Amino acid sequence: MRTETYKNVGETLITETLSNGLTINIVPKPGFLKSYAMFTANYGGADRRFKLAGQWLDTPAGVAHFLEHKMFDMPDGNALNILSARGASPNAFTSSGLTAYHFACTSLFEENLRTLLSFVSTPYFTPESVQKEQGIIGQEIRMVEDDPGYALYYNLLKCLYRNNPVRDSVAGTVESISEITSETLYHCHEVFYRPANMTLSVIGSVDPDRVTALARELLPAGPGEVPERDYGEAEGAFPHKESLDVNMAVSAPQFLFGTKLEPAEKGEARLRQRLTGELALRLLFGASSPLYNSLYAGGLLNGSFDYELDYTAGTATLIAGGVSRNVGGVMDALHKEIVRIGEAGLDKALFENVRRAYFGSKLRMLGSFSSLAQALAEGVFSGCRPLGAFEEIAAVSLAETERFIRESFAPEKLALSVVSPPER
Amino acid sequence: MNPITELIMPDVVLTCLQTDKFKTGCLSVGLLTPLNRETASKNALIPMVLTRGTASLPDMAAINTKLDALYGARIRPVVRKKGEIQVIGLVSDFADEAFIPEGSALLEQVAALTGEMLLMPRTYGGLMPREYVESEREKLLELIRGRINDKRAYSLQRLFELMCAPEAYATDKLGSENEAESITPLELTRYYRRLLAVSPIRIFYCGSAAPARVKTALLSALAPLPRSGETPDLGTDIRMNALEETVRRFTDEMRVAQGKLAIGFRLGDCMEAPNTAALRVFNAVFGGSANSKLFTNVREKLSLCYFVSSMIDLHKGVMAVSSGIEFDKYDAALTEIFAQLEAVRRGDFTDQELAAAKSSVAGDYRLTEDSPGALEDFYLNQALIGPECPPSELAALTEEITADEVVTIAKGVVCDAVYFLRGQKEDA
Repeated sequence: MRTETYKNVGETLITETLSNGLTINIVPKPGFLKSYAMFTANYGGADRRFKLAGQWLDTPAGVAHFLEHKMFDMPDGNALNILSARGASPNAFTSSGLTAYHFACTSLFEENLRTLLSFVSTPYFTPESVQKEQGIIGQEIRMVEDDPGYALYYNLLKCLYRNNPVRDSVAGTVESISEITSETLYHCHEVFYRPANMTLSVIGSVDPDRVTALARELLPAGPGEVPERDYGEAEGAFPHKESLDVNMAVSAPQFLFGTKLEPAEKGEARLRQRLTGELALRLLFGASSPLYNSLYAGGLLNGSFDYELDYTAGTATLIAGGVSRNVGGVMDALHKEIVRIGEAGLDKALFENVRRAYFGSKLRMLGSFSSLAQALAEGVFSGCRPLGAFEEIAAVSLAETERFIRESFAPEKLALSVVSPPER
Repeated sequence: MNPITELIMPDVVLTCLQTDKFKTGCLSVGLLTPLNRETASKNALIPMVLTRGTASLPDMAAINTKLDALYGARIRPVVRKKGEIQVIGLVSDFADEAFIPEGSALLEQVAALTGEMLLMPRTYGGLMPREYVESEREKLLELIRGRINDKRAYSLQRLFELMCAPEAYATDKLGSENEAESITPLELTRYYRRLLAVSPIRIFYCGSAAPARVKTALLSALAPLPRSGETPDLGTDIRMNALEETVRRFTDEMRVAQGKLAIGFRLGDCMEAPNTAALRVFNAVFGGSANSKLFTNVREKLSLCYFVSSMIDLHKGVMAVSSGIEFDKYDAALTEIFAQLEAVRRGDFTDQELAAAKSSVAGDYRLTEDSPGALEDFYLNQALIGPECPPSELAALTEEITADEVVTIAKGVVCDAVYFLRGQKEDA
């Protein structure tokens, strides 16, 4: 068991890697009533084609998410009900690259952790329960069809990526999930829910020795083979398609633009790239940035404006977007700003100030048990230490950030997704 | 964790929760004003305009640069609807001083900036600048129109708009397009000055600073606050019964793939002397938790939907059930939802179901103590409708709730209206 202390942010991280390959991260939080655990598989909606025992296998879209729904079923009841009945707040989510099961509770932590580790490692599916779930997930798919944010996001990824399955909905389609059987689920569980392909993050006032002891007791002893995945032919540096514009029942045009990065190698390089990228996003689009303020003052933004850098399934994507009645005007202003920064460079005082604000916003993340647990899990799968960010932020240089902006936001690298109200 | 509450100026109450367990502190200043359709949009617009510029920081770039220098502190405009009271103001969160490298008086600086934004907006000839009022008005209009973007939230908003048509509660927290469109800088400035003078103010702080220091910082930040001595009539009318004898049914059509069902109820006689913990347990048994009747039957047994849940508003004494269903499952879903309410009325739930509901409610109360944002909302609710005890005590009270109490509440619940958002006929 290794203990690292991050004095600058008042946190301690305890890490243990079991002989079966499972990495456990624990952050003690004295003074909190709440304890939180997240058990994460390095398996998401994009992991559809993989190699096992030398053979390539294809699975329908939506298996990882379907599995997430069905994992809660246990021979002696439903884990969601069991955990809720004890007053815990359990839930789960599936992204393109991850499946995470988590709970927060204020009592009975060990019993709850036992339930979490057991249900996630115990596949129990019947043809009837799979068929019933097709109805429920079918309604979940229908629900997101009416969500403009969802359309905006996937259309952008469809523009940026030609082959990578991140371009397809994590939940699959009503048709693709109809191909899923209990055998598909058993098989994918066996392949991807192996200790060496998973990680456990625990935040709260817990006994670290009990956490690791429970994991040793309840999880398989062997690490198992971690499958190789295929995300399709390598994608070029430029978008597959420049833009997509669809009509939905919305009040005003919503837009999302993005650019893809070559993800840095796993490890410290990845953390540095993430920090540089997030700092660049804040410098370009943050509340104090010249671009944001001129767009806002010029009436080009008609609502919220957000941005993020997302690593998933072998991709790294910078995205930003909001609401505007003049999306073309926003994109023109962005192009001009990139040219201006390319010529004049970034303002040094602005850079220092934004870096300071970025530190404060990262600190906020430590207050959210779920964000911290997820950051720790992603850290395990990408070989970096998210708590190291607080030291590393100071090392990111102005020149490095300028170069990042010039290279990533070149006009020919950008793709645009728009959802507009229907024409009257 | 017990807060300290003190009247620091006429009708200005400060609640301080001192704790060093959080990385970020929270400071919120809320003005309480009656909710009604004539003023809701003006109220919603004011905090938005206040974040555009102050006497010393004339535009948003200046304010946000200052906030960046305060280690990414945020001061955000907030508008909330608490029954028939509208609460508007500014909510900030900022790094705790223990974790910022140099260690500066962040609390005082954030309080001072909040006070300046609230009390000393940038003005032009004594009025809020036309440019700021008009651009924020456009954004408010966009938010009002944008309510259709989230179909589930929209269906609930429409339900209460229609169900409570003659009541103040029908008004949305952002008001209406009609009202917002006509707001002028002159009207808004006059209205703002009066609002500042007459509104009771609730301030909440949670963080590592001692209450005396917080009070000093706020007294200095709010020194220019005018106080008229008049108090507006604040409160919520609670109807015990449905508006009409038969349940009213409403339908809207829109281009959607999935129908959104929203059913409205009056909580009934229990609102004479509401028992918060018992009401929450009733809600958890019926539809407010993963072990609830609705989740277990409508979703898990019948696969009619992905989401179905009930929620209660204790300020107004109403409940809503919300679900996303296929258009042709309207009758089936409605029948099953009413059947489940009948089951609760008959006491047709097991000891395990009751225990699970109680654990779920008690767990939620306890979790409140670990989140500055949840604590802020908890103590605001407490100030408006009570009861006067911290979340941990409510959690303990929850454990005492009996099946009889739940049945009694369920028997008094009355359905008042059903709303359905469905696809346009040609799409169906």
